[in-house]
Amino acid sequence: MLRRLFGRQQEKTADDVRIEESLQKTRSGIFSQIGSLFQENEVSDALWEELEEALIVADVGMDTTVELVESTRARVQQEGIRRSEDAYLVLKQEMVKLLEAEEPLQIEEPRILTVVLVVGVNGSGKTTTIGKLALRYKEKGKRVVLAAGDTFRAAAIDQLQIWGERAGVDVIAQAPGSDPAAVLFDAIRASQESRNADLLITDTAGRLQNKFNLMQELEKIRRVAAKQVHRAPHETLLVLDASTGQNAILQAKGFEEASGVTGIILTKLDSSAKGGAVLNIKKQLGIPVRFVGTGEKLEDLAEFEPVTFVEGLLGE
Amino acid sequence: MFESLSDKLQGVFENLATRGRLSERDVNAALREVRLALLEADVNYKVVREFVGRIKERAIGLEVMESLTPAQQVVKIVNEELVKLLGDPAPLNLSGPPPLVLMLVGLQGAGKTTMAAKLALRLRKQGQRPLLVAADIYRPAAIAQLETLGRQIDIPVHNEGTEVAPSSIVKNAMRIAREKAYTVLILDTAGRLQIDEAMMQELEQIRLVARPADVLLVVDAMTGQEAVSVAQGFHERVPVTGLVMTKIDGDARGGAALSIRQVTGVPIKFLGTSEKMDGLEPFHSDRLAGRILGMGDVLTLIEKASDGISEEDALAMEERLAGGQFDFEDFRDQLQKLQRLGSIQDILKMVPGMGQMARQLDGQDLNSDLKQIEAIINSMTTQERRLPSVLNASRRRRIAGGSGTTVEDVNQLVKRFRDMQKMMKQAGMLGDQRGTKKKRRRRRQREPDSEGILASLRQGRLS
Repeated sequence: MLRRLFGRQQEKTADDVRIEESLQKTRSGIFSQIGSLFQENEVSDALWEELEEALIVADVGMDTTVELVESTRARVQQEGIRRSEDAYLVLKQEMVKLLEAEEPLQIEEPRILTVVLVVGVNGSGKTTTIGKLALRYKEKGKRVVLAAGDTFRAAAIDQLQIWGERAGVDVIAQAPGSDPAAVLFDAIRASQESRNADLLITDTAGRLQNKFNLMQELEKIRRVAAKQVHRAPHETLLVLDASTGQNAILQAKGFEEASGVTGIILTKLDSSAKGGAVLNIKKQLGIPVRFVGTGEKLEDLAEFEPVTFVEGLLGE
Repeated sequence: MFESLSDKLQGVFENLATRGRLSERDVNAALREVRLALLEADVNYKVVREFVGRIKERAIGLEVMESLTPAQQVVKIVNEELVKLLGDPAPLNLSGPPPLVLMLVGLQGAGKTTMAAKLALRLRKQGQRPLLVAADIYRPAAIAQLETLGRQIDIPVHNEGTEVAPSSIVKNAMRIAREKAYTVLILDTAGRLQIDEAMMQELEQIRLVARPADVLLVVDAMTGQEAVSVAQGFHERVPVTGLVMTKIDGDARGGAALSIRQVTGVPIKFLGTSEKMDGLEPFHSDRLAGRILGMGDVLTLIEKASDGISEEDALAMEERLAGGQFDFEDFRDQLQKLQRLGSIQDILKMVPGMGQMARQLDGQDLNSDLKQIEAIINSMTTQERRLPSVLNASRRRRIAGGSGTTVEDVNQLVKRFRDMQKMMKQAGMLGDQRGTKKKRRRRRQREPDSEGILASLRQGRLS
C-alpha cells in the first residue's frame, strides 16, 4: 500500500525479499504491536503515548521518537484523519521520509579507483561485512581488492583473508602490528599497478569512539588515501550493530568527526534487534543507511531501501 | 554529552518551592527526569517502569533533609535503589573438584574471545592452571584469534580445527585437562543469536558435556533495549550463572546490565575494559549505578582520593598554603599523591562533565611530565627545596644534570612554582576575607560522610 503511495510499482528485488525475511522475526516483536495499536484503536491520546513507548523500545531514542510522533500527529490532525489505519500509514511515510538518502552511493560511480573505508567499534562486524561487499561488487563486475587495515586485533588479518578467499578477491596485507596507513598506501599502489583494480575496500581495527589516539589514526588513514587517489576515500562506511542502543548516536558522531562517515551499514539485522537507532542518526546527523547485514553467509547483505525497511518493521 | 540527572533534577525543583515534605506533584516532575535518564542509559523500558514505580513509593512524603536539596534527595534514593537492584558482585564459582569449566556465551561481537583470554590470565594469577578451549568453529579465524591471544599471555589453547563438533572438542579438552592437570577450562563458544534454534541446541549440548561451574553471558555495554530478550533467550536454554559486561571503557552508559540483572536475577561478575589482556575489573554496583545515571565515576575517585590523602594531611596543607609557606617539598608530596590516583586522564574521566577534557588529553603523556618534575625536585638539596631563592645558575645546571633534564626545564619549573606560590598566597588571603579558617573547618565537619561529599560533587562543586 505504501508502495503505491510513493509511486513505486517495481517488482520486489532480491534485496527487498532478504530484508523482509530477516525482519519477519522482528515483526512478532514490538513493531507489530504498533501495527495492532493502529488497527484496534481509534486515534486517541493513549494511542500516541503507546506509540511513543514502542519507538523508544526500538532504540529510536527520545528526541527522534518525540519528533516522529509529533509530526505524525500534526499531519493526522491537519488532514482530518480519523481511522487509526490511516494514521499508521502517515507514520510509515514520516519514517520513510526521514530515512531516504539525499545523495546516491558513490561506490559505483565510474572512476579509475574507488576507495572505500570501513570503520566501526569493536565487534560490530566490519570484517564480515567487507567480505560481503567484496562479493557483491565482484559479481557486479568490479575488480575488487581488500586492504587488511586491522593490524591490531589478534587474527583479524587471517579473518579478512578467509573472507577474501571465499569471495574470490585479492587481499593486501602486512604483518600484524604494522601501520594501517602504510597498509592502505601499499594496497592503493597494488590496486593501481599490479592488480589493476577499480574498487579498494579497506578494513580498519575496531575502536571505541572515545579513544582519542585511535580516532586520530583514522584521520591519518584518510589523509594517506586522499594523497594517493583524488577525493579518496569516496565512501566511509560506519558499521553499526543493530542491537546498539543510545550509544549509536555517539558512535556516529565520533566517527563522523574523525573520518567523515558518509553512510551506515546496519549489521545483525537478522537478530531480534530493531536497529531503530538509524532513524536517530539520520535525523540528527543526516547520515543515511546504505546496506543491511542479514546473516552470516557471504551473500547476506542487502542494499538499504527505506520503504522495504519500514514496511518490514511495521508490517504491511 | 549527557547532562547528569542531578543537574536536570535541580532544574525541576528550582521551579517548585519545596520545603518540608516532598509532595506527589514534586515527585512526579522529578520522576519524569529519572525515567528519561534511565532510558537514555539503555535501561529496558519495562524495567524503567517498575523501577520508577518503586522510587515513587519511597519518595512521596519523604522529609527533605536540611543538608540535602530535594534534587539531591531524589538522586540519593534513585542511587540507592539502583545499587540495590544491581546487586552484590559475585566471584567466579571455583568450588568443586578440578577441572572446572567456565563457559562463555553471547551474541556475535560481544567480546567473548578477548574475555576468555582475560579470564585465563586472571585465573593463572590466582594460582590456577587454565586451559583455553577454542569451541568457535564458525567465525573465520576465531581459532587463530584465540591462539594468538593464548600465545601473548602464554596460556595453552586446545584446538581441533573447524571440522569437529564443539561438544566433542569440549569433551576432548576435558580429558586432556584431567591428564595434564589443568584446573580450569575456559570455553570460547561461537557468537550466536538467541533466536537461532540450531545454534542454541548446540549450546545446550556443550553444556551437557561440560557441566560448567559457571556459564557467563558476555554482553556488550552498548546494547540497547534488546538486552532483555537476548539475556532471556540465553538464560532459558543454558541457565546463565553470571554476567560479564564488555567495552565498558567506551562512553556507553551500560544500562543493559541493569535490565539483564533485573529480568534474570543473575549476578554481574566482571567488567571488561580495553583490549589489553589485564583489562578486567571486578564489578561495583555503586560505580555502575553512577555511570548509568551519567554522574561519572565519582565514587571510585573519592575512594582513590581518600586512599591517597588523609584528613589531617589535607588540613595541615591547607594552613601551609594559606600562610604562603608552600615549598618544593610540599609540591613533591602533592605530586606523589596525585600520581597514586592513576593517570590524569583516568581521574578526569571519573569527574562528571570532565569526560570531554579527558578525551582531549588522551594520548598526551601527562604522567611522564609529572615524573620529570619529580625527578627535578629530587635532584635538589633539602635547602634548595625549602628555599627556592638560593637556586642560582650553577645549582640549576647541577640539578639539570642530576635529573637528566635541561636547564630550561629546571628554569620553567622554578618559574611555574613561583607563580603558583603567588597564586596560593592570594587565594589564602581571599579565604581569610570570606571566613576564618575555623569556619572552614566547621564546614568540613558538618559533611564528614561520603554521602555529603558525593552530593556536593554531584552539584559540580567541591566544598
